[in-house]
Amino acid sequence: MKVLQEEGVDTIFGFPGGAVLDIYDALVKTDIKHILVRHEQGAVHAADGYARASAKVGVCIVTSGPGATNTVTGLASAYMDSIPIVVLTGQVNTSLIGNDAFQEVDIVGITRPCTKHNYLVKRVEDLARIIKEAFFIARSGRPGPVLVDLPKDLIQTTTEYKSIKDVHLRSYNPTYQPSMKQLPRVVSLIKKARKPLIFAGGGVILSGASRELKQFANKIQTPVTASLMGLGCFPASDPLWLGMIGMHGTYRANMSSAECDLMIAIGVRFDDRVTGKIDTFAPNAKIVHIDIDPTSISKNVPVDTPIVGDCKITLKKLIELLAAEDWKDLKKIRKPWLDQIVEWKSTRPLAYEQKDIIKPQFVVEKIFEITKGEAIITTEVGQNQMWAAQYYHFDRPNSFITSGGLGCMGFGLPAAIGAQVACPDRTVVDIAGDGSIQMNIQEMATAVQFGLPVKIAILNNRYLGMVRQWQELFYQRCYACTDMADAPDFVKLAEAFGAVGLRATRPDEVARVIKKALSVNKPVIMDFHVEREEGVYPMVPAGAPITEMLLV
Amino acid sequence: MVNNITNATKHTLSLLVDNEPGVLARISGLFSGRGFNIESLCVAETMEPNVSRITLVTKGDMHILEQIKKQLNKVINVIKVLDFSGIPFVQRELAMIKVHAKPENRAEILRMVDIFRSRVVDVGAEYYTVELTGDEDKIAAFLELLRPMGIKEVTRTGAIALAREKK
Ligand SMILES: Cc1ncc(C[n+]2csc(CCOP(=O)(O)OP(=O)(O)O)c2C)c(N)n1
Ligand SMILES: [Mg+2]
Repeated sequence: MKVLQEEGVDTIFGFPGGAVLDIYDALVKTDIKHILVRHEQGAVHAADGYARASAKVGVCIVTSGPGATNTVTGLASAYMDSIPIVVLTGQVNTSLIGNDAFQEVDIVGITRPCTKHNYLVKRVEDLARIIKEAFFIARSGRPGPVLVDLPKDLIQTTTEYKSIKDVHLRSYNPTYQPSMKQLPRVVSLIKKARKPLIFAGGGVILSGASRELKQFANKIQTPVTASLMGLGCFPASDPLWLGMIGMHGTYRANMSSAECDLMIAIGVRFDDRVTGKIDTFAPNAKIVHIDIDPTSISKNVPVDTPIVGDCKITLKKLIELLAAEDWKDLKKIRKPWLDQIVEWKSTRPLAYEQKDIIKPQFVVEKIFEITKGEAIITTEVGQNQMWAAQYYHFDRPNSFITSGGLGCMGFGLPAAIGAQVACPDRTVVDIAGDGSIQMNIQEMATAVQFGLPVKIAILNNRYLGMVRQWQELFYQRCYACTDMADAPDFVKLAEAFGAVGLRATRPDEVARVIKKALSVNKPVIMDFHVEREEGVYPMVPAGAPITEMLLV
Repeated sequence: MVNNITNATKHTLSLLVDNEPGVLARISGLFSGRGFNIESLCVAETMEPNVSRITLVTKGDMHILEQIKKQLNKVINVIKVLDFSGIPFVQRELAMIKVHAKPENRAEILRMVDIFRSRVVDVGAEYYTVELTGDEDKIAAFLELLRPMGIKEVTRTGAIALAREKK
């Protein structure tokens, strides 16, 4: 407990059980706040949402056996998105480990491939050091989840606590400082480039480099696109912003990536949902790749100038180097390229047509307008997630919280709860699908119990919409098992939980419902009955070059 | 990532790792999870009791080898990764072979044991057990020569390796 407090932990998301009784007994005697979730998966997603909104480490405690296995999906999601969380799991007594004891699972074995690191504590003398290391590993370098498995007997033993100052691991030493040999090369590439493009990702947000990115892009007058994970790292209101890249990226972002002669990739990992067909990605470009994780570099896409380092430090150094150069004619040089981008934007903007039935994009746009773009948005997975990414325009980081790499349905509500705990004064909206929301709906009870006024906007198409869209396009409209018409009445459901339920079935009701929801200081479910067969566009079919966009 | 078999060659890696339970599982899990190849693997303590050395032979093209090395370096318990590609090193394997020792073949077996600088380590009524150290080719050649006499069982270690010192 002492170590947790030393690490600045003020909130823990968890669910008790036999193996962690002693931890809970100690926990309630501290001033650490405990948020009792209704399912351990919810605890991990909430810790994830908390970490992303606060840029701190999220913490969970769960019991052994089923408590531990219920964390696996949450860990996998946090691992894919590099989110710093520490999960403490109970374990059976040391003497029983390996005996198939009641509620025993080898959670260290199970989670090895979906954690940055994990530990089974075997001696009470190691406990404090291991917890310290867990926090250190979770937040340093490329962040990620760390799991610590705590046998019950060990927690029951008392030992004298010696404060540990520094963590030193002989085998772990992330590279923050970029190689000074590489940076001047980048400067000369920028000088030569006629059609440069910045492609930013979640790494920019994780390293807190948004301000530097803005300076950098403005200095070199270079347009910026971002992956799903990068949204918010560059202000959407800046004229250099292109929107998201990739499978559901904007026309201009995808076209720019195909046409650019220099791509400066910062804190990205070239996921297949971004690149499309890999050998046609950025075919004309020299690629500079800045990332703290060397395994991300040249993994999927060959890179001309690799730079291993922290995004923020590297950008700062680059900005210093740029300042020494002469950029007098830059505006003139960039004009044709920037004009081209404006043309792409005006001929092929994101668009939809709002008629009698509510369009899901319209709902997201209204949420954006009414919250003035200042809300924290979490999402579920599917079409709702993509419409949120396309139509909510983020001006600041740590505001868009989505399960990017794993794409895990049921993420949005618990993540919203975590974000609301981290930022009690901000509006938090979960843009949800009718399918996904049912995967962790039990967390409504958590939101109500702890007075967390999260707003859930269900874009209710009564389909597993994204899967349906693929069936429409690639499986001759055979909607196998994606019809979700048999859903609960979400308004009544909200009320049953002790929250507020609102519904809109006509376009003119949308704004009123959103305003009403924002005006009550309680959790609210908004049930928007939207056009059932609306699709997310542009769309690049999986495995096609990203310029081959289906536009409507 | 597709394993490009055409340019795949063998590479010997030597890893220094924390001598802790679970470390081997991390390494082998990394290889199976990412579809990398393990041809052979040997682990033992080093002079420092809390450090083990894993000698690992893998197969892949240069791109895959790079990824393997980076991924190994990323494992928290891996202290150091040494790649023997392109540097001089000595590599050995050990094989123990139970060969049918019919009276009329015994002299021939012993002659071959002598030529290969092998040793007889156990003598039974019908079988000799011989041990041989050497590189892969030498062991393969030896097995080929013994095969006609009837090999009952073979057990082999993977390769172990150390870099050569400067002359
Ligand atoms: C846990 C999990 N199971 C299955 C999927 C596959 N999947 C991706 S999107 C989707 C549909 C989601 O439906 P809904 O929440 O209604 O969102 P919509 O696409 O309709 O907006 C499914 C089933 C997933 N991403 N996660
Ligand atoms: Mg749906």
